[in-house]
Amino acid sequence: MSDLLDNKEAAQEAVVEWLNKKAKTKSKFYIKDFYKIFPDDKPRMIKKVVNKMVEDGILEFWSSGSTTMYGLKGGGIQHSSEGEN
Amino acid sequence: MAKHETPLLDQLESGPWPSFVSDLKFQAEKRAKNEEGIEFQMPVDVVEDLLGILELSFKHGRTHWKHGGIVGVFGYGGGVIGRYCDQPKNFPGVEAFHTMRVNQPAGKYYKTDYLKQLCDLWDFRGSGITNMHGSTGDIILLGTTTKQLEEIFWTLTHDMNQDLGGSGSNLRTPSDCLGQSRCEYACYDTNALVYFLTNEYQDELHRPAFPYKFKFKLDGCPNCCVASIARSDMSFIGTWKDDIRIDQDAVNKYVENDPAYPANAGAYKGSKDWGPFDLEKEVLGLCPTKCMKFQNKKLFIDNANCTRCMHCINVMPRALKIGKETGCSILCGAKAPILDGAQMGSLLVPFIEVNPDNDYEAITEVIENIWDWWMEEGKNRERLGELIMRQGFQKLLEVTGIDPMPQHVAYPRTNPYIFWKEDEVPGGWERDVDEYRKHHQR
Repeated sequence: MSDLLDNKEAAQEAVVEWLNKKAKTKSKFYIKDFYKIFPDDKPRMIKKVVNKMVEDGILEFWSSGSTTMYGLKGGGIQHSSEGEN
Repeated sequence: MAKHETPLLDQLESGPWPSFVSDLKFQAEKRAKNEEGIEFQMPVDVVEDLLGILELSFKHGRTHWKHGGIVGVFGYGGGVIGRYCDQPKNFPGVEAFHTMRVNQPAGKYYKTDYLKQLCDLWDFRGSGITNMHGSTGDIILLGTTTKQLEEIFWTLTHDMNQDLGGSGSNLRTPSDCLGQSRCEYACYDTNALVYFLTNEYQDELHRPAFPYKFKFKLDGCPNCCVASIARSDMSFIGTWKDDIRIDQDAVNKYVENDPAYPANAGAYKGSKDWGPFDLEKEVLGLCPTKCMKFQNKKLFIDNANCTRCMHCINVMPRALKIGKETGCSILCGAKAPILDGAQMGSLLVPFIEVNPDNDYEAITEVIENIWDWWMEEGKNRERLGELIMRQGFQKLLEVTGIDPMPQHVAYPRTNPYIFWKEDEVPGGWERDVDEYRKHHQR
C-alpha cells in the first residue's frame, strides 16, 4: 500500500481535491477513475478507502441499477432533474 | 370503478395465459378494500397509478420511468434500484417506486411463515407487488419510497434474519439449483457452496468495487437447470471424473418396456402416444459423441469420449447414474447481448474439487485471480466475457495460472501466428553465439 493510501486523512483529502477539480465537468465517477489518484495501489485497497468515505458521508453512491458510480455527497445532478437548473 | 381507464392493458388479459394485469387489478382492489386494516406507508392507490402509467406508456409508445438515483441503505452500495416516474402529477402514487432486491435463500427454500412475514412487510411499507423471483434470482420487492428503505432494511435484517441482494457494480446475489437437497443428479452441494460464496464475498456483494456487474450461478449437474452457462460471468457446473455407473439389469428393464421403468422417469407420459421405448433411437442414436453401444443385452459406454451431456442418464435414470468422483467445471464469461452479442461461458477449469472442509480453497483461488485481473484491466462497464474477448483466453489462463489443455479448445485456430513469451521457450531469448558458430558460418 502506498503512503498516501495508508494515511486515511491524506487519502480522503486527495479524493475530495480530485473530485472538486473535476466538479465543473463531471460529478459522478466510476470506481476505476479513483485508481488514477492512487496509481501505485491495488484496486481492492482503493475500493476500501472510497467505500469508507461513503460510510463517513463524504461521498455518495449513484446507481443506475446496473452500474454504480461515486460522487461528492449532494453534488451534481440528483434524481429530480435531468440536467436542467 | 378503476381510477384510470386501461383499455390497452385490458386487452392483455384476453389471452390464454395468466396475466400480470389481472394480478395488479386484484392487488389494487385488495388495497382499496384494506380488509386487514393495514396502515399503508405507500399511497393506497399506488397500484392503480402503476396501471395508469403503464397504460400511458403503451399509448405514447415510450417509457415514463426514470431509473437510477441516489437511493440505498446505509453502508450498502447495492440492493436498491431507484425508480421515479416523470408524470408525478397524474400518477402521484408512483412518483417514487423503488425496487428492493432481497437475497433469496439457497435453493429458494422458504417456510410459509417467512413468506407471510415478507408479504406483510411489503403490504405495509411497499406496494405489495413482488416478483418471485427476478432474473438475478433475488426476491424482488417492487415499489416503495426512499423514506421506507431504511425501515424495511431494519425489519429484514433484525426480524427476519434476511439480507439485501446485489445490484449495480457489485457481485450479484449468487444463485443455484436445488442441488443435492432434492436431486440425485447433483454432483456437489450447490446450496452449501452458494451459501459459502454469499457469506465469503459479502464485501463484494454490498460495496461496489467492480467495473460492472458480476454473477455467479451454480448448477449441480450438466443439465444446467439454472442455465448458469448462459447467464453468469462464472458458472459452476457439477460434473464427474470417473465412469457413468450402469445397472445392466435396469437397462434391460427399460429395453423390455417394463412399466416400472418408464423412459425419462415418466416425464412425458400421457402427453401423446410415444410408442414403445426404443433404446437405439432414443438413447444410443442421440448420444452426441456416439460413445455408447448395446450388445448381447449389455450397455457399453466409452467414458473417455463422453461429454457429460446427461441425455442417457435423463432417459434411463434407474439404470444410469453420475460417477462417484464428483466436482464441478468452471466456465467464464457468459453474458446478455448488450455488447458483441450474447455469449456462452467458456470452459476454464474442466474439473475442480468442491471441498467444504478447506473452505473451497481451489474455487476461491480461481475466483480471486479472475477478479484481480478484471478489476485491474476491465474497462468501465466491461463484463468479464468482453475482457476475455479483448485480451484473449490465453491471458485468462495466464492470470489464473492454469495450463492450456485440450478441453479449452473450442475450434481449430484460425490465426497462423504464434507469439511465444521468453519463459515459454527453453533457454529463453539468450543464446550461446559460440555454440551457434560451431554450426553456422558468418
